[in-house]
Order: sequence, then structure tokens, then C-alpha cells
Amino acid sequence: MAPHGTSPPSPSRPPSAPAAKRRRPRPRTGGTLRNSRGDRITVALMLGVPAALVLGLVWLPALATVVLSFTRWDGIGGLETVEWIGVQNYVDAFTIYPPFGPALSNNLIWLVVLFTVPTVLGMFLAVLLDRQLRGGALYQSIFYMPVVLSLALIGFIWQLIYSRDQGLLNAFLAFAADAPPVDWFGDPDLNLYAVLVAAGWRHTGYIMLLYLAGLKAVDPTLREAAAIDGAGPVRTFTSVVFPALLPINLVVIVVTVIDALRAFDIVWVINRGRNGLELISALVTQNVIGEASRVGFGSALAVIMLLISVVFIVVYVSTMLRGASR
Amino acid sequence: MHHSDRDPPALRRRTLLRALAGAGALGALPALGGCGTDLRNDPRRVTMAFNRVEDMELAGMDDLLDVFHAATDYTVEVDNFEPNSYQESINNYLQGTPDDVVAWFGGYRLRFFAERGLISDLSHLWDGPLADSFSQAHKELCTGGDGKQYLVPYYSYPWAFYYRPSLFAENGYEPPATRAELLDLCERMRGDGLEPIGYGNREGWPAMGTFDHLNLRINGPEFHTDLANGDAAWDGPEVREVFSAWAELLPHHQPDPLGRSFDEAQAALMRKECGMLLAGLFVAQALPEDEADDLDFFVFPEYDPAVGTGAVEAPTDGFMLSANPRNPEGAEALLTHIGGLEAQELYADSDPQALPAHVDTDTARFNDLERKALELIDGAESVTQFLDRDTRPDFAAVVAIPAFQRFLRQPDDIREITSDLERQKRSVFG
Amino acid sequence: MNTTTTAPAELGTAAGAEQTDTPRRRLRPGRVVLHVFLITTALAWFFPVLWAVVNSFRDYEHTAVHGYLSPGGFTLDNYAQAWTQGEMPQYFLNSLIITVPAVLLTLFLSSCAAFVLSHHSRRFNLVMLAVFLAANLLPPQALLVPLFRLYTSIPLPYWISSSGSLYDSHLGIVLIHVAFQIGFCTFVLSNFMKALPTSLLEAARVDGATVFQQYWRVVLPLCRPSLAALATLLVTWVYNDFFWSLALLSSGDKLPITTALQNLQGSFFIDHNLLSAGSVLVALPTLVIFFLLQRHFVAGLTLGASKE
Repeated sequence: MAPHGTSPPSPSRPPSAPAAKRRRPRPRTGGTLRNSRGDRITVALMLGVPAALVLGLVWLPALATVVLSFTRWDGIGGLETVEWIGVQNYVDAFTIYPPFGPALSNNLIWLVVLFTVPTVLGMFLAVLLDRQLRGGALYQSIFYMPVVLSLALIGFIWQLIYSRDQGLLNAFLAFAADAPPVDWFGDPDLNLYAVLVAAGWRHTGYIMLLYLAGLKAVDPTLREAAAIDGAGPVRTFTSVVFPALLPINLVVIVVTVIDALRAFDIVWVINRGRNGLELISALVTQNVIGEASRVGFGSALAVIMLLISVVFIVVYVSTMLRGASR
Repeated sequence: MHHSDRDPPALRRRTLLRALAGAGALGALPALGGCGTDLRNDPRRVTMAFNRVEDMELAGMDDLLDVFHAATDYTVEVDNFEPNSYQESINNYLQGTPDDVVAWFGGYRLRFFAERGLISDLSHLWDGPLADSFSQAHKELCTGGDGKQYLVPYYSYPWAFYYRPSLFAENGYEPPATRAELLDLCERMRGDGLEPIGYGNREGWPAMGTFDHLNLRINGPEFHTDLANGDAAWDGPEVREVFSAWAELLPHHQPDPLGRSFDEAQAALMRKECGMLLAGLFVAQALPEDEADDLDFFVFPEYDPAVGTGAVEAPTDGFMLSANPRNPEGAEALLTHIGGLEAQELYADSDPQALPAHVDTDTARFNDLERKALELIDGAESVTQFLDRDTRPDFAAVVAIPAFQRFLRQPDDIREITSDLERQKRSVFG
Repeated sequence: MNTTTTAPAELGTAAGAEQTDTPRRRLRPGRVVLHVFLITTALAWFFPVLWAVVNSFRDYEHTAVHGYLSPGGFTLDNYAQAWTQGEMPQYFLNSLIITVPAVLLTLFLSSCAAFVLSHHSRRFNLVMLAVFLAANLLPPQALLVPLFRLYTSIPLPYWISSSGSLYDSHLGIVLIHVAFQIGFCTFVLSNFMKALPTSLLEAARVDGATVFQQYWRVVLPLCRPSLAALATLLVTWVYNDFFWSLALLSSGDKLPITTALQNLQGSFFIDHNLLSAGSVLVALPTLVIFFLLQRHFVAGLTLGASKE
């Protein structure tokens, strides 16, 4: 999944930005585009084609999924074979579908862990690196290098470390502590956390990058002022820097939530999202494109996923656009 | 901001709608042109989907197709698919734009595809050129609910306990014939520092092999069919008995099977780290070339003398004709060729796991292991497929696999696991 | 602003600054602790990739017997084997066939949309941007079934798609990537375009330029830095996609490399050294792009933040 939450931060505006900037000349909206017939068609096409793609390939299917979630359908044959069963799929998901509970809680754990470890670590690294530091650029590069790797590939790379029989970790544990082999990917009490280490490895660099961008936007004069007032580095951070990071924080929250909800590739390559690695995304995929073809049921799971993400998407989009329209 | 009356007229709603419609038409445009170069209408061309990717399998298919091309002048274009992904996407694949001739298996899902009109009737081939080519058991496997045939069987491969004779000779082990002997052998192997039974179940499906065999030995093949059809109860004493026997055998398997892939377990057998492995004849493909005769099998031991060991799990692979083949004549010629003795033997020469389905197969051309496997199938009282081929795919993939995986980590929860299975079965089978 | 984009240059200036400011600076203990911490963390961060690279040069026969913590047994064979046995040239070609058009098309269409939106009324602009941007954040699984039906029902001639439909065609994958990514790119580009001085366009209009000429000759060249940054990001996103190809392609020989790697599991998983070599090969394009175009990559990820 390419983009993930990787949508960029665009904090509405660093609060420290000088007020004068706010009077940036607004593009004139009237009469900018000429009124000739040819131009009108051009303009309509320039917006119409991208809009058609987004509506037709993203929004329309999303709405259709909602409709399908109220049906029983094996996805074979025409639409006349669709059977309407009301909310039965939702009831089944919550009552007699054993992987659903674990999937919800795993997604939640995913979110909490991403928030506590990589987010905090990423912010910490950003603060450390946001200064003139020997080798700073090199550190930065190393920390965000995993961001360019796909999560599927990360699953493979970490397999080399986690494999029970051939992995480095067990070899090291046996060598250093004579410990018996641990089944990192197979033990359902462990594997989620093992995978989260790998996912966090990637997430940290991304968060660091976001905070670094935010920190660069902090007005240096404010820091100087704080320094003159005799504030130590911690005081400066809490009273000057952190408040300036608030807009970025919101972006980080949304990015992390969306990332946690969309997590899929890495568990799919490891064991198809079963046995301790249940995630809603994997359950949807199993039901919909796997052998099963429980289209209606899978759609209901997808709608649950959709509902959770829509809450955060609304927050995110409204924040971004408030920034953009100001 | 004062745009009220000065909005660029360029973007009135109607204009936008027109543009949307235009964009839609643009998308459909390519569909209108370019039919001239359409290779699909070439009457000498047949397409085929083949779900095998190992070198020896591809070589066997090449040989078979060369003969076909020489005899008929049809050119066959083969699409190769990785077997697991193929199996997972077959529903979508058949509804999309499948090739003319499509690889698949005998069993429940063949009947399902036939019922939903995703594949074509082949009974005229069975009554015509392929009459008397296959056993009655194979014919039943290839028959849909309407009594017509939908598959041309290609080869079978029996499941059994595979082992390395050199390892057995070295330690003085004898293949076990009964439950007690099996447990005894496991104890001895553990005493000798071996993992008795290799186990790799990260993919989920391999555990079905253990369940199926215990079920066949304890409850017999009719019960297997009832269970797979959703008629028998998953929370009754029969299934609980199977799980108890499984729990008894579990400590003798390689530990932590859920973190190990089946290929890794197979590698453990080849490296003689484990004593035996419940698998299909396909393990022969993993055998190092210089040890080609160091592999043998024994059937899953007897658990109940009244049931015996007459049931053999021998999945059958074959080829179907898709619902709307582009070249029906060519496709049927190819299917007839594939069902012929020459083609089946030719393929089997390359692929050590393939035992031709054709009744006239000459066993003289096989090695000892293959001959023994062929005799096992021919002498079987009943032949079953693997659970995921014998039952609804949504039940197998979404219900059975997670339940079996849960059992492997919590073998004490039999009661709860079986009631869960039954409840979900009712929901899935509706 | 956006000093992050000058990160690579920072090393030099930082070192220079230290030298001139405090020629005989004492080594403060704080600094030492900081560097020890950073070095340790950076090594830990680099380790998984390093381990894959090291493994990829090990001989399986050697490590199977002596274990990975033993010295010796180095070879190049894994790469040759992964390349040929894994049929990587075909998969890399597929990735190329998907990535290049997807990125170019996304940039073209989103810059078009951004151009129109940045010159349009505020409310309409906001609604459209919301529709675009939110689409970028939807979980892909939520669109899957209808999209699959849509794709199988749109016929294509053979010269575009050998499957005869949008399903199982590279064009289909390109289109869904474009549809998904347009939102984000349009948002970023429209922010950028709104900040451009209007006098430029007015001058062009006085010269009689058509709307498309205003876009193509005046605005687009000014967007070059943003486009470069977005292009770098898009290349890694599209190249790294796993899900869409898994869901919307069925022929093994059409898969891009990221998804194809999964299909190599059977033969690769028992030989971890081969798997390492395969992984390194797959990672190579994004890593090369990252190290060559780091400036653009970082700028892309932080684009929104740098535009005000």
C-alpha cells in the first residue's frame, strides 16, 4: 500500500509565523480564466478528468461497499444473485466470528504502540537532531532510510532476524544466554509485538521527519528570547518549542491512526493475518479476495474499517483545508 | 473575498458534469479501437492456465505441449501461476477473463464452479475420445451435481508419512502399522534426539492433513464427506475424538509449527532432522538428486481396526474448460490430448510427484516410490481429497484454518474449539 | 523556509560554524552522551538492512551447517540465482511499466486540477479539495469488491490488455494509483499555485495566452521543485505498492516486483540467503532514489509544512 498515512503534514501555519505574512496576496478568483469557449472546455477537462477518476474509482466503489455490506453474496454471477439480509453481517462479525475481536484489539494495540514508542522516539530524535550537529545529516539519513522500503519488504528483511530455526535473534540468544528458541512469528502472544518492532522501525523515521520539519518552523528569535530569559533546554522545549509543534502533532496523530488502521502488507506476507496477527484489513482481504468470497460479510468488515477512518479523515481534512484556505 | 458575481464562468456545474461525462467516454474509447491486432481470435491459438511453477513441472508441460503442437498445429500459450495465490484467487479469476483451459482440482469446488456456470460441460469428451480412460473413482471426482463431467484428470498424488529409509535403517526403525506402534516409534526417535514428525503450519493448510488422516482412520471416509458437506456436527463426539488423538500426537511433532513454513519442515526431513513428515508425494520434488532413492512412505497407521486403513487421501489435479473459451475447438483438442496416455506419461517422466490418472498407465516406467504410490491409489477402498478441496472454500479458509491453528497453540481447548467450529459452520453453510 | 531540504549541506556548514565560533571548544560531557546515544541508535537502525546485505553474500551450504554467526562462506551466487530463478528482470520491467506512467499521469492530472482549483471560488475549491484529499486516506480494502467488478466489466482491446479487460492489466493498476494519489498531489500543488503572484498570469493573458498555455508555459515551470519532490515520493509509493497488484492482477507474469516477492516464498523461504539477496535487489531502486534524491524526498514528505 503505497501512500498510507504518508500524506504530508501541512500544519495550517506555524503559529510563530509573522503576522504580516497573513496578508499574502490572495489570488484573484474572478476573471482570471478567460471566458472563451475553448478555454471553458479546457478548464472543465482539466478538473473533470481527475475528478472523474477520483469519484469513479474511489468514492463510487466505497459507497457500493456500504451497500454490499447488507447482503449475502459469494461474488459470483450477476447482481441478481445478491440476497439482502439487513444487518446480519454486522451481527455475525460481532458475535460468531472469532478473529474479529482479536483483530479489533490488535489494531488498537498497533495504534497504542505506534503512539508510545515510535512517535515519542521520533520526536526525541527530531529534537536532538534539530541543531547544528556534527554528522547530523548522516544520522537523519539512517533514521529515515526504512521509510523508503515497502512494509512487505520489511516483513521479509525482519524474517531474517525473527525466523525460529534460522534467525539471528534465536542464534544470538542461544549463543549468549543458551536460551531455547523462541517462536517469534508463530507464538500469537509474541508475534504482534515482534511485527510492531519492524513496523515501528519504519514509523519512527517518518515521525522524526515530520517533527524536524515542524521544528525548523519554530521562530529562532523566540528561542533566543527564551535563552536570554535564562530558560534551560527543557524549559525552552516545553514553553516555546512544544506549543509551536501543536499543528504538527495533529498531523502526526492522524498519520499514525491511519497507518495503524491500514496496516496490512507486513502481516499478509508473514502469515496472511492469522494466528495472532489478525488485523481488520487482513480479515477483509481474506473474506473478499481470498478463497472465501464472502463478499457481503467482507464488505461489512470493510465498512467498520471505513467508519473508524472517516472520523479521523474528517478531522484531518478539515484541519488541512482550514490551513489552506486561510 | 468578493467573487459573488465574478465566478469564472468556466466552471459552472453543467460544464463540470459535461466534463465528467466526457471523461467517462474517454475511458471507454480504447475499447472501440484496435481489434485488428487481436491475437485472441487466432484460430490456431489456445490459452491455458497452469498453477505449477517448479522447473520440473514446467519442463513436463513443455514436453506435453510440444507433442500437441506437432500433432495438431495448435499453439498453446501458457500462463503460469504460483499455486497458493492461484488457489486463493480462482473465484475471481474464473469470473474475470480466464484462459481457455484452466488447471484445477477434483472435489467440492469443481461442483461449485459447475453449478455457478463458471466452467463448461466436458461430458461429450468423457463419452467420446476419453471413454474408458479413467477409473470410476476419478470419474466421480470430475462429476458435477448435474451428473456431467467438468474436469479432465491429469494426475494424483497420495498423502502418507514420508521418511528417509537410510535414517530408519541406521536406527533400526520399522514403519508403524498401528496407533500404538506410531507412538512407540515417536518415543524412540525422541530418545535418539530426533524430532519424530516434521511440522510446518504457518500457511495454515498443512494442519488439515493431520486432521483429515486422523478423521479418516477414526471415523472413516463417509464421515469425512458428511463433515465436509456440512451435514455432520463439528462439536459431536466423533470430531472431539479426532482432536484428542491429535493432542496425543502433538508433542511428537516439531515444536512451534505456527512459525514454520511447510517448506521448512520439508527441508528438515531432507536434512534428517526429523524422522517423518505427513505430506503428499510432492516431497519427492525436494529430494536432492544424488539421493533420489532415499525416500519412502508408509500409510497413516490404523487407529480403529473396524475402520482400517483403506481410505487414501489423494488429491487429483486436472484441467477444466472455462465458461466462454475463445477457442473451444482448440481447447477441447488440448483437453483430449492432456487426458491421453502419452501426454500423461510424458509429463510424469519430468515431475516426480505426478502419478498419471489414466487407467492404462504403464507402471514399468516409474521408480519404486512412484509405483508404490500408484498401487496405493489403485488399491484404495476410497479416495478422498484434501479438506480444502472437499468443502466450501469459505469454511476451509476462514473457519477451519484459524480453528486448527488455535488448537495447535491451545490443545486443551477442544470443547470450545469444536463448538466454535459448529457455530460458524451453521453460519457459513447457511 | 524548509531547511530540511538542505539537510545534506548541513554537515559542512555545521562543522564550519563550530570551528569558527569556538576554535578550541571543550568537549562537553553532554555532547559526548548525545553522540554516543545517536551512534548507538543509528547503528541499531542500520542493522537490519546491513544484516540482509551480509546474509545475501553467504553461501547456504555453509550457513546451514555452521550457522550465521560463523565466519567465512561468502559468495555472489545468491544474486545470480535470485535474479534468474526469481525471474526478476520480468518483474522489474513490470514495476517500471506501472510506476512511470502512474507517476507522470498523477502529476499531470493533479497539476491540472490544482491549477483550476487555485483560481476558483473558495467554497467550491474547498469542497473539491476535501473530496480529493479524503480519497487519498481511505483504506484500500474498502473499495475492493466494487472495484473488482468494475474492472472485470470494462473491456479493453487485446493490444492494451491481454486479459481483455481492465482487470489483470497494467493499465488498471496505473489508473487506481493515479486515482488514489491525485488527491494528495492536488492539495499540495494548489497550495503552491495559490502562493504564486497573480501578475504573472495577468501578463500572460494580456499576451493572449489560452488557459492551457497559462498552465503549461507559466505556472507549471514554476512548480518544478514541488513536482520533483512529489515525483520522488510517488515513485517510492507506487513501486512499494503491494495490495493493488495482489488484488487486481491475476497473471503471475504481470506482477510488479514488490508483490512478486511473495510468490517466491516457496523456493526462497528455506534458503534465507537467497531471500536476502532477493530483498536487497528489490530494495535497491528505492534506496538508490533515496540516496540520490534525498533532498526531494524529504521535501516531498514535509511539503505542506514548507509552503507557507
